[in-house]
Amino acid sequence: MIWIVSALVFWAATLALNIRISHSRFSTTKAGRLVVPAIFGLTILVVWELLVRGLQVPSVILPPPSAIGARIAVSLPVLWGDFVQTFVKGALSGWLIGCGAAVATAIAIDRSPFLQRGLLPVGNFVAALPIVGIAPILVMWFGFDWQSKAAVVVVMVFFPVLVNTVAGLAATEAMQRDLMKTYSASYTQTLLKLRLPAAMPFIFNGLKIATTLALIGAIVAEFFGSPIRGMGFRISTEVGRLGLDMVWAEIAVAALAGSAFYGAVALIERGMTFWHPSQRRQQ
Amino acid sequence: MRSVGPVLAVIAVIVALWYAAAVGMNAAWVRDQAARAGTEVSFLQIVPQTMAQERPVLPAPHQVAKGLWDGVTGQAITSKRSLVYHGWITLSATLLGFGIGTGLGILLAVGIIHNRAMDQSVMPWAIASQTIPILAIAPMIIVVMNSIGVSGLLPKAVISAYLSFFPVVVGMVTGLRSPDAMQLDLLRTYNAGRGQTFWKLRLPASMPYLFASLKVGIAASLVGAIVGELPTGAVAGLGARLLQGSYYGQTIQIWAALFAAAFVAAALVGIVGAVQAAVLKRMGMAR
Repeated sequence: MIWIVSALVFWAATLALNIRISHSRFSTTKAGRLVVPAIFGLTILVVWELLVRGLQVPSVILPPPSAIGARIAVSLPVLWGDFVQTFVKGALSGWLIGCGAAVATAIAIDRSPFLQRGLLPVGNFVAALPIVGIAPILVMWFGFDWQSKAAVVVVMVFFPVLVNTVAGLAATEAMQRDLMKTYSASYTQTLLKLRLPAAMPFIFNGLKIATTLALIGAIVAEFFGSPIRGMGFRISTEVGRLGLDMVWAEIAVAALAGSAFYGAVALIERGMTFWHPSQRRQQ
Repeated sequence: MRSVGPVLAVIAVIVALWYAAAVGMNAAWVRDQAARAGTEVSFLQIVPQTMAQERPVLPAPHQVAKGLWDGVTGQAITSKRSLVYHGWITLSATLLGFGIGTGLGILLAVGIIHNRAMDQSVMPWAIASQTIPILAIAPMIIVVMNSIGVSGLLPKAVISAYLSFFPVVVGMVTGLRSPDAMQLDLLRTYNAGRGQTFWKLRLPASMPYLFASLKVGIAASLVGAIVGELPTGAVAGLGARLLQGSYYGQTIQIWAALFAAAFVAAALVGIVGAVQAAVLKRMGMAR
């Protein structure tokens, strides 16, 4: 009982604190923007912990955060092995190949408006399909190891990046292209010096969408068969053994890896498209 | 309309490449069989044999089409072999989850734009959650809900719901904030209250954003329902068809289920698009 009461008290206290902060001037500063969501996240963790203890929820249904933290601490080598198998070998290599192939395809069909008009609707259509379903087929073709996961990721990221790159290459204005023409720039020069840089915001938009898809593809493909390591493998087997603290630990790793991957691509974007209005520092 | 020709050309190229790949990938098995029988096969004999295998490495398009046709029309729709039956199981979970997720998402978005504390605490997490592979939670939700006695439609719907939830929240918050200062000022000169501003300005202005999110959300819902059918060895649904096909090497069954899922996804996105066109036209916002 005391746990539940303290959970409610803690929740009310942090809620009051957050309301106060968000109505004060502090919330408009950079620190304030970080503090409010941080307090909210902390509140959820603490209330989760207290309620699980107070209501005596069995750990096969919902383990408390402290147990998950302890599990992460003792199984770091296993988590690292899974991370390397799924993220570095599966997701990252597939992401690189898929995005590279998509950008190269977009540039290759750049000179043919006919192909673009045909590929764009097909690409948009395919991008909305449940491509994850191709995983069992690719696992059959490429075996259980990371190659099949990378193949799933390649197929998943290809079309969103292709569609975005083709849209980006069309994003220059007639005035800019005319200027290049007055310089008597060749096709390649116009492509390298004007159209590819102008396409960068669009390409990075596709690349960022692809980061999430890559992790999803690599994890879900492991549900269809994998060697005895990998995040998806660990999640599906530990769920079967009701080792839910390990499942949550893997999910925490997946969440961290996903945000870090997205953040890294966003950082590269900021460096490469510093000239774009959305990247300029706000006054 | 002018892109019909190019699209057909691209599809024709894809189908042609697929046939070529089917010949290439299935030929090994034919040669193997011929070598065991001690006979020589010429290339022209190999080609038709690669298109008529029971369990090809890559089924030819017409085999998939036949599998799909058999699955849809060849069985009674209550039969366990009917794709309509499995498709409906997946579709019902998708729609239920999509409804729940969209409803909750709109409610949260309304709360976020009217409450500063909520905006600052929840919004960064809603945006960050788009970068993490939440689909990884799917097996756990299925098993945990099973162990507390909830099974069948609801666990899959929960997965669909949380996959469609976040896109709707983010899109709806952007949409409800899209009226500019001039329009808000006009409503203030009319002495409109918060409720009136919401119903007469913010909600109508958010519609294009809502429909853009709904398209993303419904596609994600379907993926969620399909993946939700994988982990527990579910017996029904398109995901279960995929899993069984991969266990027993029934490649034609996998491809047929895959295409059935693709058609369901295309139909769902198409329906949302049609509703969008009708609503925006009625509201005078069609572009």
